[in-house]
Amino acid sequence: MTIQVIVRRLLFLITVVWSASTITFFIPRISAKNPVRERFAALSRSGGFAPADMEKIIAAYNTKFGLDKPVLEQYVDYIASIARFDLGVSFNLYPKTVIELITESLPWTFTLLLVTTILSFILGNLLGAVAAWPRAPQWLRAIATPFILLQGVPPAIMAILLLFFIAFRLKLAPLGSAYSTGVIPDWSSPAFIWDVVHHQLLPALALLLGSIGGWVLSMRGMGITIQGEDYVNFAEHKGLSGPVIFKDYYLRNALLPQVTGLALALGTVVTNGVIIENIFGLPGLGRVLGAAIGSNDFLVIYGVVLFITIAVATLMVFVEFLYPLLDPRVRNE
Amino acid sequence: MTPVLEIKNLQVTYYTDAGRARALDGVSLSLLPGEKLGLVGESGSGKSTMALAMMRMIKPPGRIEGGSVIVDGTDLTQLTDEQMLKARLSKIAYIPQGAMNSLNPVLRIGAQMTDAIRAHDPKASKAQVEERCLASLESVDLKRDVFKMYAHELSGGMKQRVCIAIGILLQPKVIIADEPTSALDVVTQRQVMETIDRVQKQIGAAVILIGHDMGLMAQFVDKVAVMYTGRIMELSTVREMFTDPKHPYAQALIKSLPNLENKGVFQGIPGLAPALLRLPGGCSFHPRCIQVMDHCKTQRPRDSTLAGGRTVECHLYSEKA
Repeated sequence: MTIQVIVRRLLFLITVVWSASTITFFIPRISAKNPVRERFAALSRSGGFAPADMEKIIAAYNTKFGLDKPVLEQYVDYIASIARFDLGVSFNLYPKTVIELITESLPWTFTLLLVTTILSFILGNLLGAVAAWPRAPQWLRAIATPFILLQGVPPAIMAILLLFFIAFRLKLAPLGSAYSTGVIPDWSSPAFIWDVVHHQLLPALALLLGSIGGWVLSMRGMGITIQGEDYVNFAEHKGLSGPVIFKDYYLRNALLPQVTGLALALGTVVTNGVIIENIFGLPGLGRVLGAAIGSNDFLVIYGVVLFITIAVATLMVFVEFLYPLLDPRVRNE
Repeated sequence: MTPVLEIKNLQVTYYTDAGRARALDGVSLSLLPGEKLGLVGESGSGKSTMALAMMRMIKPPGRIEGGSVIVDGTDLTQLTDEQMLKARLSKIAYIPQGAMNSLNPVLRIGAQMTDAIRAHDPKASKAQVEERCLASLESVDLKRDVFKMYAHELSGGMKQRVCIAIGILLQPKVIIADEPTSALDVVTQRQVMETIDRVQKQIGAAVILIGHDMGLMAQFVDKVAVMYTGRIMELSTVREMFTDPKHPYAQALIKSLPNLENKGVFQGIPGLAPALLRLPGGCSFHPRCIQVMDHCKTQRPRDSTLAGGRTVECHLYSEKA
């Protein structure tokens, strides 16, 4: 890996972040809704505000948040503050800063998505590889099929079905939220940690069931190609045992495009994560984003989307750096 | 001398949706230690099937239906799968056809040689294994550095030589080389063939060379077997085959080769090889044979042994026998 390649990738990363932040800046502004006005409109419906005073208050807040300036000026301010890692404050939860919101919710999202993505990648690829391996027992190869079918179910529907049958009807899992109501979070108590894990099981299952099938399907296709390769045949001629051929000759080669696939799938992983968190009421990034979109909380939307973009782009670059370790042929790029 | 390889009445059938295809129909031959046999024939005549059957690598829907492959006193067809794994490479080795893709792209050459030795000799020390690999690489004229390289860093000829080096790692009694020089240029072809020739003499193994290239055969082998529709039509020494072929098919094959006396006038063989699913009755070559007789169409000829130990499967000779 030369310095040149690293620099090129980092420039790519910066370009992605810049484009993403520009797009997230302009999209909410197309809607022509003023978040301050929306907020006060909601409040005034419950009464107690004089219209004249309200206009003054709205104007004052607009000035405070810089919403009265021309859009381009706002854009320049916005880009400049991003460069300072200042993502502003939430209109809705004022004076909480966006960075605070993100750091509070990130561990939930990160843990859930990391664990399920890795688990799904490993399980899906193993099942797919076995499904394409003619010497594997028939029952083992058949396990893959239901996952391929489940792949067609959108994650939202999957989550609702799981909630209804497993949590509501069978009462095997809690109906949502991150931990039992009334419990005071205490990360040193094993009972609390177990309670949290217990609450995460169903969302994790929903994410797993929805994503394993994709890996199974692509890995099975790849596996069928690889097992016809001359080097797999020659490995057999050498008298190698089945497990050695499976691991070193078949799986290692079939996995290469799957790792690229993992980088590409990261975006979908986050999207599904947002949906699942909202359905299960988990206090993660997705929930913060959902609430912010619901109340036109611009700066939070910017902040979270920007953060997710940076995270996904960084992970993609990381996977790209990882790839040469797996495939010697791309090492001398 | 006792033969190191004896194939008796070997039969392989592929069970397809369209019916049973007899890919190998009672093939018998034997080789002495150090002997080199060329196996020639059109595509689909059963050459590669024969190689696979000897390695016991026929995959479903194919099946070895009968016969035996005796290498150095052991009948490979009677071994358990476990024993057969051990026999591959140590008793009978296979040098593959597509050397371009026969090496794993993500493993170093050394790792691909080491795992082969480890599979047969798990207890060997690391240094011992490496020494054997390096010695094998050197005997095929490759540098020791190749041990640490990847397949994509080697040329086509080098890859083929790596495959040969792997093939001779365990000093097998029989080496099957399945078109080892296809996709190589003629200079490299010659180098590869000379390499096979030299290492074969070193370890005293019998060699079966499969291919279409009659010129290459003429330079390299002692005996030639001509295959057609899964049967050996004629088996002769290379000199007899080229100067005085007996079987009409062998005669036609030799006539189709260019030579110095009749430049530019080659004679093809009329017709196409029949589909294995619908073989003609009697002798399978009779529809294309210019010396066809009435009973060729109904009766299958048997092997006739002629002077010099050559065998021919043709009615022209069975009458005299």
